[in-house]
Amino acid sequence: MPSLSYTSRRELEEHSFSPAVTILVPVAAIVLQVLLSKLFWRFSMLDLPLIVAIFFAVSRRSPTVGTLTGAAIGLVQDALTGRPIGVNGMAKSVIGYIAASIGIQVDVDSLTTRVIMNFAFSMLNSAILFLIGRRLLGQTEIHMQWIQELLRALANTVVAIPVFLLLDTTKRAE
Amino acid sequence: MESFFSRFKNVLVLVAVLLAQTIGLAIQVRRPVEVGAPDGKKVTLLRSSVVAAIAPIERFFHGIGYNVRYGWSNYVDLRGTKQENRSLKDEVARLRLEQAQLAEDALQGHRLQTLLNFQRNYVSTTVAAQVIGASGTDRSRVLYIDKGADEGLKVDQAVMTPDGIVGKIRAAFPHTSQILLINDPTSGAGVLLASTRIRAILRGNQTGHIVITNLTPDSRIKPGESVLTSGGDQIYPRGLSVGTIESIAPDPDHQPYTIIQIKPSTNLFQLEEVLVITGTRNDLSPLAKKDLAQGEARAKEMAAAKAAADEAAAEAAAQSAAQIISEKLPSIHEGGEAPGDKAPVDLSNPTAASPAPKPQPALHPDRYSPGATPPASSLKPGAEHGATEYVSPAPHPQRSAPQAQAPASEGEGDSPAASKPPAPKPPSTAPKPPSTQDKPKPRSTEPDNP
Repeated sequence: MPSLSYTSRRELEEHSFSPAVTILVPVAAIVLQVLLSKLFWRFSMLDLPLIVAIFFAVSRRSPTVGTLTGAAIGLVQDALTGRPIGVNGMAKSVIGYIAASIGIQVDVDSLTTRVIMNFAFSMLNSAILFLIGRRLLGQTEIHMQWIQELLRALANTVVAIPVFLLLDTTKRAE
Repeated sequence: MESFFSRFKNVLVLVAVLLAQTIGLAIQVRRPVEVGAPDGKKVTLLRSSVVAAIAPIERFFHGIGYNVRYGWSNYVDLRGTKQENRSLKDEVARLRLEQAQLAEDALQGHRLQTLLNFQRNYVSTTVAAQVIGASGTDRSRVLYIDKGADEGLKVDQAVMTPDGIVGKIRAAFPHTSQILLINDPTSGAGVLLASTRIRAILRGNQTGHIVITNLTPDSRIKPGESVLTSGGDQIYPRGLSVGTIESIAPDPDHQPYTIIQIKPSTNLFQLEEVLVITGTRNDLSPLAKKDLAQGEARAKEMAAAKAAADEAAAEAAAQSAAQIISEKLPSIHEGGEAPGDKAPVDLSNPTAASPAPKPQPALHPDRYSPGATPPASSLKPGAEHGATEYVSPAPHPQRSAPQAQAPASEGEGDSPAASKPPAPKPPSTAPKPPSTQDKPKPRSTEPDNP
């Protein structure tokens, strides 16, 4: 019975996107992020590419696609920073995979789920970035600043809700 | 086997992606750093491709924003221009004075450096650029500017604003460059504390502040002290402003070091235009020399004007002192004239203003009394002193004091000089013309003096 439910849910709610949306939305998120943070530096606390990666992962409900989408968005983001390429790629790959896996089992269209999901993934993203920096890159001087990361997660969640609603209009039911 | 892959396809994809990126990270971190190239070729290619795709969009939006701001500031928002112009003129005048004051010291310092053969790098050429984008995350503080390798920009060139340093070029693409700001955690610069002359290394931290962490506690280091570039890093020319010390606190992670937080001179969070230092030289540029010469000339003019003013003030003070003295000395008042009744003193002619006081007549005149000594011109060699007659130049209005032959008073009788007045001894040769030095002196201590 659970497997039947699992299959039915996946078949019913799996969405796809047009290639233009698949390419342009992440690019737009990255460009907007860059422009906003240049315009007002406090916007650099936001992570619009992360929100987009989560949205595509939970909407497609395919862990593989979610992983690859997250990796691609993260790598492009890394290329614009001064850090080694792969830091954001790894973090968003993991988040894409988990988000897609959750999307199979949970109703991700409800507002409550979206709030919790975005907040949790934002915190997870911060934790993964901290671990990569500390363990893989050997940056021993960095510390986890919990208050700042909580504020960042909160800001991402607040921004993610309207962004999700906007991106819902680009969904194409299969 | 096929079922294994199909069953764990998702996990395997994730593992493969993570493994590939981990290997990529390891290669980037462990790769020996080449001079002037922060990334390997493949990484540079990837960055270059992404920047080439994103930069035109950034440039487009930046152009729109710039034109809107330009139009507003140049055509609409001109209300305060007059006031601003006036304040700028005042500032220029103030800066000219400052320049004049500093020019002499600067020239002297420059001459001394030349004498000591110091290698000093002065900024000679810069390229102005506009900031068109940022990294988009506060974990990496980099900016993008609209000038690149085609405009002569290279990796590790210093970037600054008129207020102070900003960072350095981390990557130069054909028409875009990536600037690593000094408040990035991976950034660093050699600095010098301006008053204590202590050298240190500056770096960024996680929160976007710039800090010095390699100094132990020192009571001489105080908040407010200026921090300049030391030039030791071979990137930032010596003497550029970095900022001022904001706070000093112990470093909990690395005792006994301190964390000295610096407030940057430039607002690193709101940069619009920057200057990339593309060339330095060991001597001053002709324009700077001309400015210094102008400043020195102005300093000399100011010094001459000051000297003239000082002289005038000293003269006025002297005149004032002479006037006070002339009013207070009783001897210079004629007859019964009160000081207040006196005519104003002609300060330009002090002899006319203050005539020589006349001596009071002596109560008991002797041979030392004024007028008692005959002038040298009246003396004859071998003549008796008592026989000499002359007219005293000094008036004796009330008492006609007896001359040298007069008997000495009672009190003076004990003195051998009084009983035996000396006579000038005639020289054996011809008489000399009279002079004050030849005037016969009384030799009261020589009783056998004829």
